Amino acid sequence: MSGISQVMDVAQENDHRAPGKAGSVLTGLGKLTGSEFRLMLRDPGIFFVAFFPVVLVLVFGLLPSTSSPSEEFGGGRFIDFYLPPVLTMIIAMMALNALSGVLAAYRERGVLRRLASTPVRPVTLMLAQGLVNMLLLSSVTAVVLLLAGLAFDVPLPRQFFGFVLAFVLCVSAMFALGLLIAALAPTGKAANGIGTVAFFPLAFLAGVWTPGPLMPDVVRRISDFSPLGAGSQAMQAAWSGAFPKPLHLIVLLGFTLVVGFIASRLFRWE
Amino acid sequence: MAVIEVANLRKRYADHVAVDDVSFSVERGEIFGILGPNGAGKTTTVECVEGLRKPDGGRISVLGFDPHTDGLELRRRVGVQLQKSELPEKMRVSEAMDLYASFYANPADGDKLLDDLGLTAKRHTPYKKLSGGQQQRLAIALALVGNPEIAFLDELTTGLDPQARRDTWQLIEQIRDRGVTVVLVTHFMEEAERLCDRLALVDAGRVVAIDSPAGLVSRVDGGGLRLRFRPSVEFDAGILTALPEVTSVAHTASQVVVSGNGNLLHVVSTTLAAHNVVPLDLRVEQTNLEDAFVALTGRRLITEEA
Repeated sequence: MSGISQVMDVAQENDHRAPGKAGSVLTGLGKLTGSEFRLMLRDPGIFFVAFFPVVLVLVFGLLPSTSSPSEEFGGGRFIDFYLPPVLTMIIAMMALNALSGVLAAYRERGVLRRLASTPVRPVTLMLAQGLVNMLLLSSVTAVVLLLAGLAFDVPLPRQFFGFVLAFVLCVSAMFALGLLIAALAPTGKAANGIGTVAFFPLAFLAGVWTPGPLMPDVVRRISDFSPLGAGSQAMQAAWSGAFPKPLHLIVLLGFTLVVGFIASRLFRWE
Repeated sequence: MAVIEVANLRKRYADHVAVDDVSFSVERGEIFGILGPNGAGKTTTVECVEGLRKPDGGRISVLGFDPHTDGLELRRRVGVQLQKSELPEKMRVSEAMDLYASFYANPADGDKLLDDLGLTAKRHTPYKKLSGGQQQRLAIALALVGNPEIAFLDELTTGLDPQARRDTWQLIEQIRDRGVTVVLVTHFMEEAERLCDRLALVDAGRVVAIDSPAGLVSRVDGGGLRLRFRPSVEFDAGILTALPEVTSVAHTASQVVVSGNGNLLHVVSTTLAAHNVVPLDLRVEQTNLEDAFVALTGRRLITEEA
């Protein structure tokens, strides 16, 4: 027994001298992620994010006009082209409202500063937030795909790897934008406001109101260079069996890196 | 043995110098106070010591570590209660304790801490639903949950009612009795006087004096008494200034204020009686830290509170 505790003491002692003057980003990540997950489940807004896409799929799957083949969609159905806009929309909601609002509020309320005085780094809390948001988005996406597939015969994306890549890049690009808003907004409420204002043009470019072939060419041209537009089109390509266009992937990666870099430069702990 | 050594600390912000020249050292196991009016640079000073801010000049050593280059080692060994820091609104008391305990190698018993702080009944209450005093006590619990060698407490009783304030003071003494060194930032004279073994008076970014509360008080007129009264008739102040116990006599609009020490009350009242002067509304005041501050800086300690 004492042997074991001695070993543990030594281990702890070594741990004390572990590398890095500032400490590892991973220190406390598990606990913080669990904690952030619990807090997220207590936020009523999350149920909106989780159920809104499900309701949309149900409505457009059940309405005769959107669930039957049509000329405008080349013999396909509205619902067949609507899942990418729906998915980009929930990504935008999470990034522009949930993520940015929470991070700005954490800074405003001194949560990040308080963490800075412990062995855990504030950036770890932001990482935990990202993980939790990603987890929720993936779960909601899985539910949407399953529901659309089982209830309305919408096939899974045929280029599945391409779809996952487009999805992940779209999430990272939007999270970078959410971080930028959190960096610029003085308060959590302000971040929510900016996020809401940014949401509508981005969702428009994603084709939320003009899915698939309905989008005018000029708008599509602009949409190519917006994070949600590129994400939506990249996912749509994967659905129809093609690998997403390099342009769209590069746009998403570009947003992730450039906006993410600017945001991380501008973000203040207090 | 000194656990904290600060020498010639300087910190300026864009528009003003917050800390001009601050030096002090804190001994292991004592309650060290940093007392001064709002804006004196107290919080900036401790935030530099905690490693939250990078000083512009000077030297800081905490438990042998430089807060800036050995920040992690330092943060493993100290507990901090920040002046303005909250938790996520929906985080419950017990969750906050578990979370913060998990950050440290040898955490304290969280349940016991909550019990000591009278928060056991609030274990499942979200942060937002706690009263100001309960939030403050939780902040203290979180500062102690890592079993720190040094606890930094910044304005810990601000916003507490008088009873909660006294309870908190008692708690701080218990912490000290467990061997924890406490650094207390405050602008409450009464708090500093009651709790601190030694304290630094800080004004306009500089240390004015460092001493025990009694030591600081004794610097003012030998730390004596003040008599305040309304004389029944006019009298010549010379009869009082001639007394060896009296150091000064001052007149306000309606009152006479006699400062001095020793058996002041007795000699003044006998002298007045001998001259047929009756001291009406007589009050005896003990010289306190407030007086020491005024004497040392020429300014009052309690500034506009609101």
